[in-house]
Amino acid sequence: MAPSQRMMSAHAQPLIRATDLRVRIGGNAVLEHINFTISPGEIVTVVGPNGSGKSTLLRALIGAIELNAGHIQRQSDLRIGYVPQRLHIDPTLPLTVRRFLNLPKRHREADIQQALERAGIASHRDAPMAGLSGGQFQRALMARALLDRPNLLMLDEASQGLDQTGTADFYRQVEEIRNALGCGVVMVSHDLHVVMRAADRVVCLNHTICCQGHPEDVSVDPEYRALFGTDDEEALAIFRHDPHNHPHDDTEAQS
Amino acid sequence: MMLDDFMVRAALAGLGVVLAAAPLGCFVVWRRMAFFGAATAHAAVLGVALSLALTISVFAGVLAVALLMAIVVNLLTDRGYAMDTLLGVLAHAALAFGLVAVSFITDVRIDLMAYLFGDILAVGRHDLAIIWGGAGLVLLLMLWRWQALLTATVSEDLAYAEGFDPRREGLILTIALAIIIAVAIKVVGVLLITALLIIPAAAARPFSTTPERMAGGAAAVGIISVITGLLGSWHLDTPTGATIVCSATLLFIFLNVASIVKRSSEAR
Repeated sequence: MAPSQRMMSAHAQPLIRATDLRVRIGGNAVLEHINFTISPGEIVTVVGPNGSGKSTLLRALIGAIELNAGHIQRQSDLRIGYVPQRLHIDPTLPLTVRRFLNLPKRHREADIQQALERAGIASHRDAPMAGLSGGQFQRALMARALLDRPNLLMLDEASQGLDQTGTADFYRQVEEIRNALGCGVVMVSHDLHVVMRAADRVVCLNHTICCQGHPEDVSVDPEYRALFGTDDEEALAIFRHDPHNHPHDDTEAQS
Repeated sequence: MMLDDFMVRAALAGLGVVLAAAPLGCFVVWRRMAFFGAATAHAAVLGVALSLALTISVFAGVLAVALLMAIVVNLLTDRGYAMDTLLGVLAHAALAFGLVAVSFITDVRIDLMAYLFGDILAVGRHDLAIIWGGAGLVLLLMLWRWQALLTATVSEDLAYAEGFDPRREGLILTIALAIIIAVAIKVVGVLLITALLIIPAAAARPFSTTPERMAGGAAAVGIISVITGLLGSWHLDTPTGATIVCSATLLFIFLNVASIVKRSSEAR
């Protein structure tokens, strides 16, 4: 294991603890020997090359994938707000934004309105989901995930379809949500630059967890460098030159 | 008087089936289960043969075979053959074996046409009780699981994340489908059952903005189809089940054309 691995919030009971997961799909080992925990208030980002099993890991954690080995322990009152990578709604299914937000639980009209306003899509309340732009669709997914006040938010490439400013706003919003709800956040992302800033812990995945820990430690880890090369100096620069946004301070202040 | 007793019974039988078929048919459309529905319905012929051979009620025999068929399909998918190939094999195998099995039953002269195309005008009080019992059960299942079914239809992963198993919801739909087929065989017959599921739902789609409105619209289209179909077959002396499906199809065409006209006039 990498030297950068460190214990996170040891005193808080983890929301999910996955032990020695193994997932095979069509004979291919997608995940091997995954040990993973996520604790309340913690933002964990999963990075890794395409096809490294990032989405599979999230889907295994929500219980959507049969495990070939290992087990997953979930906290008893776990409420997951899940934002999938993409969602195809069959064109024969008429679904307004408001109706989508009322799945699977119905919420009070005032709560729906508030969630839509916060997401900036209040004017699209009665629009069909199919008519939304990529960014609006993503915000609707996020608004739905937050309505039930989750204690674990899971975001799979949730910033895709957003431009650079949108992406930066998005991750700021994730931190705000974490601070407001005290929820754990697991996200999968390609945006190494921004991700490095927003995370308390980075998990570098390539079928197995090759290294994990504080973003600054992971980014100098040889395993990480082997996967992503050294062309993310820029990411490190952003990270190092922005002490005000140092995410780790946040966690320590809380714990 | 036109509304003789058998016409009232026929109307009530048809209404029971289309009311339950409306929400279920929407899911068949949304989840692209049309062929699955047709295949399960074809298997009903085997159920008819078995129930005649074993002298049990046709309803029970058809329900059992339809359920068995649905479960076998569920078990065999993702095991090497595509769903539609598998359905093609099982549906026609069940139909063919059913037809052969029926020919062995020599002591009872049965009117196979009545099972293939339905015999709604011959619905008795006992049939009505079974139809409304089954339809009521399907409606209750739909009401009970509505939100969960919708979530699982939108995305299986969302359903998992919310803590329920989409496979279980799929199984509930399968059971509801088997019940509808078993009760509708008397009304429209095995060959036209899927039409009553799909056509009203598809007809309601253009003017629906929410899933609930589509289910309500499908029920309305179904009710109008049953009534106009019965009246039409009375006046034109045509097969009743087929006339009901023709009515539904005309409504489907009318509503879709109306929607296109409305949209193009709005765009102008």
